[in-house]
Amino acid sequence: MPKMKIDNVEIEVPAGITVLQACELAGREVPRFCYHERLSIAGNCRMCLVEQEKAPKPIASCAMPVAEGMAIHTNTPMVRKARQGVMEFLLINHPLDCPICDQGGECDLQDQAMAYGFDRSRYLENKRAVPDKDLGPLVKTSMNRCIQCTRCVRFATEVAGVEELGATGRGEHMEITTYVHRTLTSELSGNIVDLCPVGALTSKPYAFNARPWELRKTESVDVLDAVGSNIRVDARGAEVMRVLPRLNETVNEEWISDKTRHAIDGLRRQRLDRPYVRRDGKLQPASWGQAFAAIADRVGKLPGSRIAAIAGDLCDLESMFALKELMASLGSPNIDCRQDGAALEAGVRGSYIFNSGIAGIDRADVILLVGTQPRIEAPIINARIHKRSLSGKLKVAAIGPVGDATYRVEKLGDGPRILADIAAGTHAFAKMLAGAQAPMIILGMGALARSDGSAVLAAARQAAEAHGVVKEGWNGFNVLHLAAARVGGLDLGFVPAQGGRDVAAILAGCSSGEIDAVYLLGADEIDTGKLGKAFVIYQGHHGDAGAQRADVILPGAAYTEKNGLYVNTEGRVQLGRRAVQPPGDAREDWAILRALSDQLGKRLPFDTQDQLRSQLVKRNPQFARLDHQEAGAWGSFGRSGPLLGDAFASPVSEFYMTCPISRASPTMAACIANRRAALAVAAE
Amino acid sequence: MLRDEDRIFTNLYGQGDWHLAGARARGAWDNTKALLDKGPDWIVDEMKKSGLRGRGGAGFPTGLKWSFMPKQVGDRPHYLVVNADESEPGTCKDRDILRHDPHTLVEGCLVAGFAMRAHAAYIYVRGEFYNEAVHLGQAVAEAREAGLIGPNACGSGWDFEIYVHRGAGAYICGEETALLESLEGKKGMPRLKPPFPAGSGLYGCPTTVNNVESIAVAPTILRRGAAWFAGIGRPNNTGTKVFCISGHVNKPCNVEEEMGIPMRELIDKHAGGVRGGWDNLLAVIPGGASVQCIPKPICDDMLMDFDSLRNVGSGLGTAAVIVMDKSTDIVKAIARLSYFYMHESCGQCTPCREGTGWMWRVMERLVLGNATVEEIDVLQDVTKQVEGHTICALGDAAAWPIQGLIRHFRPELERRIAAYGGRRLAAE
Repeated sequence: MPKMKIDNVEIEVPAGITVLQACELAGREVPRFCYHERLSIAGNCRMCLVEQEKAPKPIASCAMPVAEGMAIHTNTPMVRKARQGVMEFLLINHPLDCPICDQGGECDLQDQAMAYGFDRSRYLENKRAVPDKDLGPLVKTSMNRCIQCTRCVRFATEVAGVEELGATGRGEHMEITTYVHRTLTSELSGNIVDLCPVGALTSKPYAFNARPWELRKTESVDVLDAVGSNIRVDARGAEVMRVLPRLNETVNEEWISDKTRHAIDGLRRQRLDRPYVRRDGKLQPASWGQAFAAIADRVGKLPGSRIAAIAGDLCDLESMFALKELMASLGSPNIDCRQDGAALEAGVRGSYIFNSGIAGIDRADVILLVGTQPRIEAPIINARIHKRSLSGKLKVAAIGPVGDATYRVEKLGDGPRILADIAAGTHAFAKMLAGAQAPMIILGMGALARSDGSAVLAAARQAAEAHGVVKEGWNGFNVLHLAAARVGGLDLGFVPAQGGRDVAAILAGCSSGEIDAVYLLGADEIDTGKLGKAFVIYQGHHGDAGAQRADVILPGAAYTEKNGLYVNTEGRVQLGRRAVQPPGDAREDWAILRALSDQLGKRLPFDTQDQLRSQLVKRNPQFARLDHQEAGAWGSFGRSGPLLGDAFASPVSEFYMTCPISRASPTMAACIANRRAALAVAAE
Repeated sequence: MLRDEDRIFTNLYGQGDWHLAGARARGAWDNTKALLDKGPDWIVDEMKKSGLRGRGGAGFPTGLKWSFMPKQVGDRPHYLVVNADESEPGTCKDRDILRHDPHTLVEGCLVAGFAMRAHAAYIYVRGEFYNEAVHLGQAVAEAREAGLIGPNACGSGWDFEIYVHRGAGAYICGEETALLESLEGKKGMPRLKPPFPAGSGLYGCPTTVNNVESIAVAPTILRRGAAWFAGIGRPNNTGTKVFCISGHVNKPCNVEEEMGIPMRELIDKHAGGVRGGWDNLLAVIPGGASVQCIPKPICDDMLMDFDSLRNVGSGLGTAAVIVMDKSTDIVKAIARLSYFYMHESCGQCTPCREGTGWMWRVMERLVLGNATVEEIDVLQDVTKQVEGHTICALGDAAAWPIQGLIRHFRPELERRIAAYGGRRLAAE
């Protein structure tokens, strides 16, 4: 470890880091615009200049590796003069439009100008004008403000994996642009807004909506996919204004997908803000008392076997636990959380989680994608794979649709039989898996949500066991979920009890009249046409498919409106926090179930969420360990059986709309329209 | 004055045959194998002893540069890259070497490449030099056909290939790391140093980038001995140098001369003197556009070498002597150079991207005098804010001509400002 002096203080730093990082370790702040920890070093903004003893010129600290015996000064007249010079240059062509700029209040240039700027300009010439670019419905450009730091270019190339941004022109005519007037096609494009140190790239849906100092900030987790990205929800009054990423090295680093960030305007539309009861074939507004009475009237007398419950994809642990307890007290074994019918089993935890962890991708050297397209199913995980592939140490192969991957994927075939061949060792790829240090099989819902899903699961287990995917110190058997509630549901055991019906059987029972009442807890992804004549209770937050068919609607809270626990695809328990109140008469979901249980005469044994949680933890202690990935037990799972010849199909047809919230979002609709228009142009 | 027998480029004016036969008659390719047989270390050592300083402008000792290459070839190959992207205003020495004496360069590539254990050399020729690239390409083909390069070059057992690459006309691609980027097919933008090319250059492999002249003189130095070369010129500024004399002289020319020759002798002997006589001289830019100009009183007893010119705040640069007589609008001349640097800035670093445009705009107003006297100080300050704060030296190069102007011709600037103010008052 080299020893160096920073501002006359001796410090020992890890070898290989840069002077800028060393200065930060020494507690010295160095201003920067182009440098970003997660991007390659450009060294072009020249704001991070520091003085190195015996060097004739100031050095760019972001690009200079530390060396033994280096002596650095971060606050000398030479350094200040250099930084003031750079600041003046940045400002001469930067418009003075801070009062109407959305970056105002969180602008690096504004902040640094307070430290290194001057209160008037010596520049008497005209400022440069740069035409704005159309980057699509999410990113608004104001290119006059651009300081050419190229963070967005490096992000698009290195993280998002789409080489769509670049700089054209030379000298002061240099412009950041998509070369051919195309909009960005990345699912991570919103992150360039966060990266932009000035107001050149701002959020289009959020334009002119709020100032950062007006916002109430709540740290939470995202539920729109199964990654469980850590987010910060910024709200003003009763409205969620924006969602920003929160740093979590093991999950989302500091990126979030465009759906996570921008589907939030769906939280304002099609909301269920009061109970409804169907009378004379029509849903009529009702009071909570009337709604509960209607349920008690129909359900109270039914035997448990004629009642069923389905939990949806966005549910928190608490509400699923409350519903499970309620159904048990009603004597019903018919509960399920696998809306898509995925052949997952609750028994062996290692069979349904992303065992290696998302951060495990950083170690992987061979990845086999089975029936999954990470780019549209989990863009954050896709970015990890892309990052790993940039190191040149990763080989990716796929069985099933590949889509528009951002890295090289070798397509092995379409259907599950290839997987069986690999498991049997008769396919050449088996050697590849066996020879790898950290091989990985990522199993998607496209492979499991089909009639031979259980056999596919068994084949995948055999392949993993046979070729060293699961071994001492490494478990590369990974299930990539789509639903934020799924792993939590399986951990809770929200699956049919002894003799109970799964989703398909529940729907069949409804059609045939064997099931008389169905409780849908935010379940919208089922075929509601098959609910037959059953009495349907829908508890949820959006007027989507489930609510349309419902006989009683109980308005619940969306993820930004309740405190709740979620388990992501890795099996990591994370806490979502309430940022705003649910609209109107809507209530937190566990509380609705608690109140309903009282009406049904089966009062659940908790009065507060804390009591509920302590019972939850008593059943399953892992729920108490927040932000921790509990290793999954390994065992026998999946039922060997005949494999179909059908190709794996992608379960996600449209990245931007996968849940009631994103379906209600006009921004997501605009993204789809933009993507289709771009494809139409490309097709011409 | 340099004796004729000490000249290295004996066909600089193209009077003889530039093909292989002609070059051989002039002594090129004479027993090159014997040079190679003495081994890479001997070559590098001899180059160090000769005191040759890089002819591209910065004047870094060539032998020392070669010695930075790893002594053993590891898992990555070594490359020699020759910078023939000669675009410095006023400079045209490499051009004459390329078109009239290309074999000196081809032979130089072999000995230099051998010395740095490279099997391949890339010659990056300025895009505008079409005919020069054609001559060079033919010279390379002739040498390969004669077995002088290619597999077992000159019978030395060393395989050596030369590839001629034409640039696309950007001044910045003459900067060594921007040249490497361009050669790799990327946008010509200078790279951050460290890592230096000797550690990680072309395609991430150990690379040395040299100027055409530095490479082309190497075989003759090795044949005639380091002592011979070191005996010419002045201490630390040894050898011969091709000077390019242009501007207000009676006979503009390229001439190979001894380092440290007095400027007046150089201009009077070879370029027919300043137009209208030495007393009609206003100023000289002694080393291509990127150095400070020096006014006549300093020129009177100026010696043309790296250290002498550095001592007066200028530099030898590429030894492109741009002579300006008293008819010159010196402010306009420097403003034109400012425009050049603004146009050629790659746009990567903030100070250069923004500063070159600012400087040019102020210079344009100063040409008319449409400014205040305080603005001269602001301009000086701006040049200081650009200088030394950028990745490559283009920022410095843009700053120095203006600094020279303010240093030596500030009264002229103030006179114009006063005159412009007077005209404006009169108009009112």
